[in-house]
Amino acid sequence: MLKRASIGLMSLALAVWITGCSEQESPAPEGSKGEATAPAADAKPATANGEIVVYSSRKEHLVKPLFDRFTEETGIELSYITDSDGPLLARLEAEGERTPADLLITVDAGNLWQAAKQGLLQPVESQVLEDNVPAQFQDPENRWFGLSVRARTIVYSTERVKPETLSTYENLSTGDWEGRLCLRTSKKVYNQSLVATLIERHGAERTQQIVEGWVDNLATDVFPNDTSLMEAIVAGQCDVGIVNTYYFGRLQKDNPHIPLALFWPNQQTSGVHVNISGAGVTAHAKHPKLALQLLEWLSEGEAQAMFAGLNMEYPVNPEVAVDPLVKTWGEFKADDLNVAVAGKRQVEAIKLMDRAGYR
Amino acid sequence: MTTTVSSSVSGFRWPSRWRRPGWLQGAALVLALMVGAPLLVIALSWGDVHADIWVHLAQTQLTRLIGNTLVLVAGVATLVLLLGVPLAWFTATCEFPGRRVFDVALMLPLAVPAYVMAFVMVGLLDYAGPVQTTLRGWFGPQVAFSFRGTTAVVLVMSLVLYPYVYMLARSAFLAQGREPLEAARVLGRGPLAGFLQVALPMARPAIVAGTALALMETLADFGAVAVFNYDTFTTAIYKAWYGFFDLQTAAQLASLLLLFVLSGLYLERRGRGSARYFQTGRRRRSSSRIVLTGPRAWLVSLWCALVLAVAFLVPVGQLLIWLFDGAWRQWDGRYLDLVAHTLSLGAIAAVITVTAAFLLALYRRSYQTRLAGSVVRLATVGYALPGSVLAVGIMLSFNWLDAWAARIQAALGWEVQPIFVGGVLALLLAYTTRFLAAAFGPVETSLDRIKPCIPEAAATLGARPPEIARRIYLPMLAPGLLTAALLAFVDVMKEMPATLLMRPFGWDTLAVRIYELTSEGLWEQAALPGLSIVVVGMAPVIIMVKRSAH
Repeated sequence: MLKRASIGLMSLALAVWITGCSEQESPAPEGSKGEATAPAADAKPATANGEIVVYSSRKEHLVKPLFDRFTEETGIELSYITDSDGPLLARLEAEGERTPADLLITVDAGNLWQAAKQGLLQPVESQVLEDNVPAQFQDPENRWFGLSVRARTIVYSTERVKPETLSTYENLSTGDWEGRLCLRTSKKVYNQSLVATLIERHGAERTQQIVEGWVDNLATDVFPNDTSLMEAIVAGQCDVGIVNTYYFGRLQKDNPHIPLALFWPNQQTSGVHVNISGAGVTAHAKHPKLALQLLEWLSEGEAQAMFAGLNMEYPVNPEVAVDPLVKTWGEFKADDLNVAVAGKRQVEAIKLMDRAGYR
Repeated sequence: MTTTVSSSVSGFRWPSRWRRPGWLQGAALVLALMVGAPLLVIALSWGDVHADIWVHLAQTQLTRLIGNTLVLVAGVATLVLLLGVPLAWFTATCEFPGRRVFDVALMLPLAVPAYVMAFVMVGLLDYAGPVQTTLRGWFGPQVAFSFRGTTAVVLVMSLVLYPYVYMLARSAFLAQGREPLEAARVLGRGPLAGFLQVALPMARPAIVAGTALALMETLADFGAVAVFNYDTFTTAIYKAWYGFFDLQTAAQLASLLLLFVLSGLYLERRGRGSARYFQTGRRRRSSSRIVLTGPRAWLVSLWCALVLAVAFLVPVGQLLIWLFDGAWRQWDGRYLDLVAHTLSLGAIAAVITVTAAFLLALYRRSYQTRLAGSVVRLATVGYALPGSVLAVGIMLSFNWLDAWAARIQAALGWEVQPIFVGGVLALLLAYTTRFLAAAFGPVETSLDRIKPCIPEAAATLGARPPEIARRIYLPMLAPGLLTAALLAFVDVMKEMPATLLMRPFGWDTLAVRIYELTSEGLWEQAALPGLSIVVVGMAPVIIMVKRSAH
């Protein structure tokens, strides 16, 4: 019994020692008193050598190719962590002046607006950014800048919907679409931003009617993501939905004959709802100049094509051509509100959707 | 002979410096402070109440969310018990076709992350999935049903969580030995009555520990319920934080969740009363199993096979299909690094966590004071917190240390930079805080099985505490410690939010990769890291189960 147990413990300790050794940063703990001798926090933060540190809620596979290219071109090393916006902002705020982060990248304007409001970003003066990023896609106080544009539009079944019966987001709340509409959950920030702009245009009362109309027209419970929503349309559970274009692009890439198509709504009125993925230099950046250099580089030609192209989004820089597949969806008039509205009215939008029963 | 009722230790008395070594209390208190600090940070969030958010939540959803949560908890509790306990009984005490395989295999769903299970099941069984599409093809559109309601959530959560109950109940049944059942039979009870009136009450602490783990994970879960868009109390926490940008209200909601869990645990303790559970540690021999024959044996086999198929083979099969469909392209040079990081973090964290759990259990047993009870409860309740909330609590408490470190650095004229946040140590302590409860259950139940008279006998024979620890406690505890290490290891591998927030630069793990892909909706692409977690988790599961079966 004793022998077996000690063999077990020893093999566990050995396993720890072996795996521990494979990591240079972590000295092996000795035996079971692990917590006393666990690897001290001497794993060097990669900030020491004048490298840029990025906190990103844009996912690794969408940013790493760009970072690699940047390092190749400039010789400047980069390190980064990815996480959701909430935890990243909490970490930035808690670290305060000690933060190693130089640049914050998010996937929507609302969180950039919030970061700026909490004083986590600093204003920068840059003619390059002013030239490359249209005014509606940057902070009026220059604390953050859009890097790609994400359009949230209507998707419909080509088998059961004639595109001429579609017109606006607002129209989806009318009786014509009863039992035919699919929506993604209101917990997703993309829907919160859409409703925020509706409030900006129409006021709270009218917007609540619209959202209540949507809820009445739902064919089934709301979906956890855009992809499953579109699969439900294909399967015939509903006929129309509201999605970000790149999710449609992915399905179309896998299956060019998918019986779905995009419709650009509100072309006679406010235009298609757009949001951004963007970035800002952190308030306590250790390398603000390098961070700005990276930000400017990201807003220029080749990087822009990559940044948007990797995820079939639209480049924020109007000079840069869109991805060929994206181009086939046609041109559209986009909403010209400043995307900061999404942040400003986010809380209001969520409360409104809660009251309207949009879960 | 086995006693199930407490006998106050009479006759022999330990010298008090052995019975209650001072360093043990000191170590336990320090430990509790370390893992309790993040909870304290969360509990201290009540300084400032944002009334408008509270009023809004109360008016629009709190009632519904609490109702949903209670239904979910009750449903999962029922189903994990109905699945876990009988399966454990069959594999631990009976003999039927395939028992040896099922014995191990029924543990395997533990290696499947809940969010993966949820996504696979909804993908297969909801309206647009292959099952319903086929059914509609045969019977027409009227067969449509929704696989996103309460029943579906309860089912999916229970399928991944029943192994906690199965594992702990199984080792309890194995440890009971044959004698109590034989005694029951002599007294005229059949096998069923023996199970219900003897074996089950004796295994109660283990079963409760397993169920508590399952329920705490249910309460903490956000990933799986989000797939169903099933709103629970955790949903409100995230809504306050991500939606209303109000981390403080989120922390207040989280502390209410903690209060709920503490009351639940307290009620169970009271319900158990003063009963103590000791055993003589003689293991069941395989020859003494109840041999099932004929249709009964096949029914049991069939039932085991069914549970195994739904809870393990289906999700793994789906992951394999995605892998061959193209997810293998996720393989690149850095993939082995991910696996190495996952393994080393899991192994180191498992050792630390089990050591901590052992210290705490020993402390509570040696002291048996109210303080000891409270310390332990505080140290193990963190498991019920949603991962990101706990992660932020941990991050904030380490950040506080960093603030002090920064003063020292500045005073010494060094470059000021964070030492703790973003270091390996902080991440390991985060894991310890999160999974101490998972490790504590098996450690404590196995410690409970050591009758006080055994170490006392050793002491009367002149053995000193270190020798008693080495020659009595360790061997008798070994299965429990290994079980605890396994649970911690597998849990750490699956852990996502704390890893994301606190990992050092470049220390990405398999779970991080899964997050990267799934949060972009690329579920199919996540098949490679998902399968890797399952495969890596399978090895320790098999080793542990085999070892504890002897």
